[in-house]
Amino acid sequence: MDTVVWLISWALAIGIVGGVFRFAGQKIRWPSEQLNIYFRDMPLMVGIGFVFGVVLLYVVFHYYFIEKSTFFRWAVQGFVIFSAASWLFWTFGKHVGTRGSRKLFRKMPLTAAFGIMTIIVYAVLSIFAGVLAPYGQEEIFDKINVLPGGDLAAGGDPRFLLGTDQLGRDLLSRLIYGGQNTVGIAFMTTILAFLIGATFGFLAATLGGWFDQVVSRGVDAMMAIPQLIFALLLLTIATAWAGSNKGLITLYMIVIIAVLDSTRVFRLARAVGFNIVVMDYIEAAKLRGEKLSYLIFREILPNAYAPLLAEFGLRFCFVFLTIAALSFLGIGIQPPLADWGTMVRDLSQFINFAQFSPLTAALPLMAAGAIALLTVAVNFVVDWMLHQSSGLKD
Amino acid sequence: MKTEQPLVKIRNIFIQGRSDEDWLPIINGIDLDLNRGEVLGLIGESGAGKSTLGLAAMGFARDGCRIASGTVEFDGIDLIAADAATKRSLLGRRIAYVAQSAAASFNPAHKIINQHTEAPIQHGVSGRSESEKDAIELYRRLRLPNPDEIGFRYPHQVSGGQLQRAMTAMAMSCRPDLIIFDEPTTALDVTTQIEVLAAIRDIVQQFDTAAIYITHDLAVVAQMADRIKVLLKGDQVEESDTRSMLDDPKQDYTKSLWAVRSFTREEKPLASEDELPVVRVRNVTASYGTVPVLHDVSFDVHASRTVAVVGESGSGKSTVARCITGLLKPSEGVIEFDGTPLPADYRQRSVEQLKQVQMIYQMADTALNPRKRIREIIGRPVEFYLGLRGKEKTERVAELLDQIELDPDQFMGRLPSELSGGQKQRIGIARALAADPKFIICDEVTSALDQLVAEGILKLLARLQDSLGLAYMFITHDLATVRAIADEVVVMKDGRVVEAGGKTDMFTPPHHDYTNLLLSSVPEMDPDWLTELLDQRGVDNIGDAAIERMEDA
Repeated sequence: MDTVVWLISWALAIGIVGGVFRFAGQKIRWPSEQLNIYFRDMPLMVGIGFVFGVVLLYVVFHYYFIEKSTFFRWAVQGFVIFSAASWLFWTFGKHVGTRGSRKLFRKMPLTAAFGIMTIIVYAVLSIFAGVLAPYGQEEIFDKINVLPGGDLAAGGDPRFLLGTDQLGRDLLSRLIYGGQNTVGIAFMTTILAFLIGATFGFLAATLGGWFDQVVSRGVDAMMAIPQLIFALLLLTIATAWAGSNKGLITLYMIVIIAVLDSTRVFRLARAVGFNIVVMDYIEAAKLRGEKLSYLIFREILPNAYAPLLAEFGLRFCFVFLTIAALSFLGIGIQPPLADWGTMVRDLSQFINFAQFSPLTAALPLMAAGAIALLTVAVNFVVDWMLHQSSGLKD
Repeated sequence: MKTEQPLVKIRNIFIQGRSDEDWLPIINGIDLDLNRGEVLGLIGESGAGKSTLGLAAMGFARDGCRIASGTVEFDGIDLIAADAATKRSLLGRRIAYVAQSAAASFNPAHKIINQHTEAPIQHGVSGRSESEKDAIELYRRLRLPNPDEIGFRYPHQVSGGQLQRAMTAMAMSCRPDLIIFDEPTTALDVTTQIEVLAAIRDIVQQFDTAAIYITHDLAVVAQMADRIKVLLKGDQVEESDTRSMLDDPKQDYTKSLWAVRSFTREEKPLASEDELPVVRVRNVTASYGTVPVLHDVSFDVHASRTVAVVGESGSGKSTVARCITGLLKPSEGVIEFDGTPLPADYRQRSVEQLKQVQMIYQMADTALNPRKRIREIIGRPVEFYLGLRGKEKTERVAELLDQIELDPDQFMGRLPSELSGGQKQRIGIARALAADPKFIICDEVTSALDQLVAEGILKLLARLQDSLGLAYMFITHDLATVRAIADEVVVMKDGRVVEAGGKTDMFTPPHHDYTNLLLSSVPEMDPDWLTELLDQRGVDNIGDAAIERMEDA
């Protein structure tokens, strides 16, 4: 109850101060005419927004410098470093490269630059994991539960910058290898899902009739079952078939998730396809006597790239989260292969130590953070691409 | 109120539009004065900046545009410097706007009358019941059918012409001092257009409203405006009152605009009886599902001749084209090509048969794949039908581009989005020519284009016909086009051919009632034309009302 009263009074106070701010701004004669007009046409919510921003800045300042809360400081430092890095990347892209790429960067929002930069970093780390990781993903050392930071006094070890897990495996190496496994498998799965979904979606849109009915109703039936539970069910069966062959389990997992996710791709491809199929240029191509494959790959597909690409980014996130979730449940990527979902699960009990030893609690958060960061980055890029593709329609 | 002061006073206005990263000029320093109760016509080609100038009179610039300098005064109020609240109190209340496409401008989720009463209620001019009553009164004055009831329908339940009139009524709801009409009849059939024109003119006079009437149709502006301002690429060409502008245009550009409708072709002599027609449509009856659309349609198209199929939207003229191309199977009747019947379904036709019948579409925007370059768009049929590849193909494409008067070096590598409307339509023609056909269906090819551009396309088609001996089937609702290019005319109404014959016969009375209505509804350049026509036919005997009457009889 107190919290509610507290929240309401704060909201009221911010609202009133915002109103006063706007009113004062309108009364004062500013030296610049633009500022005068800006205040005159300022909606109330913008005034409140300014005050809210100031309050927020103070809160950040307070927790950062006065309370010195560890996690909060990390978050702020991370935010500032990443912003600075992506701004540098953005500025770099605007001035270096071909004319086309420079123009692309000039029109790109900072968030998209951040996303692209993060994805590039992930890709490089994953592809060159074998070279970049200090140790192997399965290598076991005698020091277990080393805390991150590399500070011997605080329970760290300079050999293991991010610490080790309960079995004594280097977490930095496992994070890097985990990227390779999780992201690599997610990427393959998404590509497979798109191959299946887009092919059937465009076929349904072009052929229509009974083919469309059969495939669409089948997809509807598959979508009626909750995806994670369906995946669990199928994976359990697949695990029984695969026996002890771990590579086979991974292969089954890729196929199962791809098929389940292709239903969503199918829906999108079909909807996009239907919009394109009614165009006169498709009619012209049909009347020319073109074959189905020409219609789909040469006439429809080039016009569907933008929405499909945007969906690819989004789907990639979902697949990636599904794999992490399945691994967390113990039936995804099999140990000893490193993977972020499994790492979160294995280290999850350390989260209980957050109150006494923030460093200990950071162990599972690193893998979780890696997942979160990639998801945010991909979504930034997807948002930007969606914006681009909607702009093209005008 | 000071009556000598103009209602709208625009001085030396510059408007710029954003293109990639630069600001390009749209309007370069134009002055505009509009007195109370006066109608000013703004004309020019697309891209001349007429809509932008019209919106600027409201102190408004579209997204991506900005008013760079200059002043806009409305009744002494500086609209550019005015704050948001002042503008809000003016727009809708004292200044109203009627958009080109009423169908796209009404919110489909609300009843028409609820959208009508929104402005009066918001501005506190009148209450709901009062403004509903007023709406019904306005509908009556605009001669909408069932004025008591029509407002309670949703926008999709009324026809395009009625919707356009409902929108005019909506603009009138607060009795504004100024209405801006942005091409309100461009998307309508001639018979519907005339109703809307009569209604708009009437109501503007009744309430003594000032109006800016934007259009590219000269004959329309001649009926509506007291004064005409001609724009070209953001500059004013000339301005004077309607009559002197029509009788004595000063500038060359204006003269060329006035001369557009002069392009005509002599009717070629009728083909002899025993000559085999290229395409023969024989007793075709067709339906969409269970809805019948064509009843026993027959006509012939001979080589080197143009058959114009005219009629309103919904008369079945495009359906005939669909039957000929094989997209719609007729339930009875056959299409013959060079004396042999074509399979009813295009999928069963041979490549050679498909090659002979080509089509040019109305909307070049949707007819060209936006992701393909001109080289591929024209090159594909060349490759597909004639089997040319590599260098031969490129040469053929260049030759075709030469034929449609576009420079191959410049246009080969472009995307459709990098072309103007007229150029896109030319590419559409080239694609049809690439197949080397005998017969081309032109489906409203000029109706989306400006008159000057449209004339260029018609001349091109005529020249191609003469040099290649092509047979055209020309679907259109614009009788000026028919007069320009046709040899024979087929008039369709409700899926039936009501009259058919040579062009000269068709344009000399006596006509079938419907043909007569179509012919008399085509606006003429004479500023008294509408008044005289209304005197002659009576206000209730034009447009849809006249058609209904015909059906009752």
